[in-house]
Amino acid sequence: MTALLRVEHLTMRFGGLTAVNDVSFEARRGEITALIGPNGAGKTTVFNCITGFYKPTAGRIAMAPQGALDTAAIDALTRSGARGRNGLFLLERMPDHEIARKAHVARTFQNIRLFSGMTALENLVVAQHEPLMSASGFSLLGLAGAPRYRRAERAALDKARAWLERIQLIDRADDPAGALPYGDQRRLEIARAMCADPALLCLDEPAAGLNPRESADLTALLRAIRDEHDASLLLIEHDMSVVMDVSDHVVVLDYGRKIADGAPAAVRADPAVIAAYLGVPDDEVAAIEQEIGA
Amino acid sequence: MNALWPALRAALIAAGLAFPVVALRTDLNMDNQLVLEPRWSWMLAAMALAFFGKLALGALPARKPKAAPAQTAEPPARTKWIARAGLALIALWPFLALFFAGPSGALKWIDNYGVQILIYVMLAWGLNIVVGLAGLLDLGYVAFYAVGAYAYALLSTQYGVSFWICLPLAGILAAFWGVLLGFPVLRLRGDYLAIVTLAFGEIIRIVLTNFSSLTNGDAGIASIPRATFFGLPFTAGPNGFAAFFGLKFSPIHRIVFLYYLILALALLTNFVTLRLRRLPIGRAWEALREDEIACRALGLDTTKVKLTAFALGAMFGGFAGAFFAVRQGFVSPSSFNFMESATILAIVVLGGRGSQIGVALAAVAIIGGSEILREFDFLKTIFGPDFDPTQYRMLLVGLAMVAMMNWRPRGLVETRAPTVSFGQARQIGADMVKEGHG
Repeated sequence: MTALLRVEHLTMRFGGLTAVNDVSFEARRGEITALIGPNGAGKTTVFNCITGFYKPTAGRIAMAPQGALDTAAIDALTRSGARGRNGLFLLERMPDHEIARKAHVARTFQNIRLFSGMTALENLVVAQHEPLMSASGFSLLGLAGAPRYRRAERAALDKARAWLERIQLIDRADDPAGALPYGDQRRLEIARAMCADPALLCLDEPAAGLNPRESADLTALLRAIRDEHDASLLLIEHDMSVVMDVSDHVVVLDYGRKIADGAPAAVRADPAVIAAYLGVPDDEVAAIEQEIGA
Repeated sequence: MNALWPALRAALIAAGLAFPVVALRTDLNMDNQLVLEPRWSWMLAAMALAFFGKLALGALPARKPKAAPAQTAEPPARTKWIARAGLALIALWPFLALFFAGPSGALKWIDNYGVQILIYVMLAWGLNIVVGLAGLLDLGYVAFYAVGAYAYALLSTQYGVSFWICLPLAGILAAFWGVLLGFPVLRLRGDYLAIVTLAFGEIIRIVLTNFSSLTNGDAGIASIPRATFFGLPFTAGPNGFAAFFGLKFSPIHRIVFLYYLILALALLTNFVTLRLRRLPIGRAWEALREDEIACRALGLDTTKVKLTAFALGAMFGGFAGAFFAVRQGFVSPSSFNFMESATILAIVVLGGRGSQIGVALAAVAIIGGSEILREFDFLKTIFGPDFDPTQYRMLLVGLAMVAMMNWRPRGLVETRAPTVSFGQARQIGADMVKEGHG
């Protein structure tokens, strides 16, 4: 599998605090990559750097929505000073909305950010702003009700309907998003991100607050997105059963540094990961406590 | 007994408030000396009013907090018929006024109650795009009204450009200024946005006051050419509108024409806003109001979204300004002070942000309500010849605001109608809809 996102030497400092320290990893096409680590390890900061909500202090983030990542091409693009060309983008140079629109990276949020006063259907239509906007010709064709715009709107509604059916929310299409139960809101946010046609979908703790049944549904949905919709996934997750079950590739962060990177089984067996994240064995804790004199 | 204590407390508070303002009145005596003239009876009246008012409120059954439904059904057909009847009344208003009040009495009813209210309806609909849909609090909207008015005033008096060419120009110029204001405030939110827009409104007014060589300062621009009926002036001469149509000349022709002109402009504003709401641009405005960060994550350029909202709102303000100039025949900076911005914003907030019909009703209530105070001259027989009901205009508007914010904090029309639906569209309850960050 070829990589579609390459993060190189990513560093993010907030004043004196280094939240992300020289992190490099790849997300491969057609795979689910999980980013895990204890609280405060810098996972969400990495996400915010990739999606343009933060400007990284140092490092390079290359993204090829369709083609393949080629090191020579990335270097040439870096030297040229451009944000992107020929289907290759340097995300650290782009504003957030361009990353979503041009580099086709969509995201969800840890604390759900739906348009709560708009219906579930409207949420999915807003996500298709770009194609609808160009069909509405600066809104003038749309104001005039041109057939071209009507066709585009019908296509957008069809796509929204397909996604609402996919996440079993078609019956609540006309309900305000804010009135939906929590689990439905999580699925709707993922569907909304998918309506923006991403090549890479970044999910920030999609299973947070879900019960085991909903988690299982979510796992199935993530697999379906990977297999049927030609999108790769990058997810932050605390629920280890979800991570181990669904991901093809796991990257582990601790204190802003990458401590492991590999297949789920290999990462689970990595002593550094066990110590940092999955829990230090009790006898080791006792040894450390003795050492620091606690 | 339990009800007495709150009533007594209310009376005491009323006493505290009334003592400096009502009870102590200063006046000049014959020797031009300042004398204190106590009015204890007035203060006692205020206290009694507070006491018995509180007592009466306490006697009312306690209001049950009703759970706001997330959604309500689409308004039934009856409401649609009421809306149609309202539209018919508005369309026939000048003729009804002529029929019931006669040619001389109708002037007031068409001009003060028709044209005046419709100007504010249009302004409030324009501001509704910025405040109601995009959720950006604009306290300087009157600046665009001023730009439109001065655009027509200057272009017509200096270069003799006709109203029909100036009208779109005024809108474009105002939209341009809207974008110009939009740029510096793009990063601002909430209170900061409100303050900068407020300052912008004042800057425009002060520039108009002090740029005397262009705007003639405080004296304003007078003898602005009147509107013509597509080239036919409303004059008594042989080339006038009346002569052309074989009518007897009457100044009311011009007023009726202005009425239909502003009605058409207001309906255009409404039509464009309603259509835009269902287009991607309108949905982007509402999405911006709901969650700006989510908008950016979905690839919406929030800069453009905000600028289009500012520009479109400003454009309709500019149209209304050009109309104002052609109606008055005179513009001066004093017509564009902060009170105007505040009034327009009050209309939008009272009507219900984002609701077209609610805003129109609020304009009728606030502007029509303050006009109708002039009709209450009969109160002079009760309160004496010095009593002027129009002096109480702002007091009543303030009371209405306080009452509304208590009982219907989201305005007359609280619900939001979805822009698209698969089945039966239902109104969305106010508790779901965000108010924007500014």
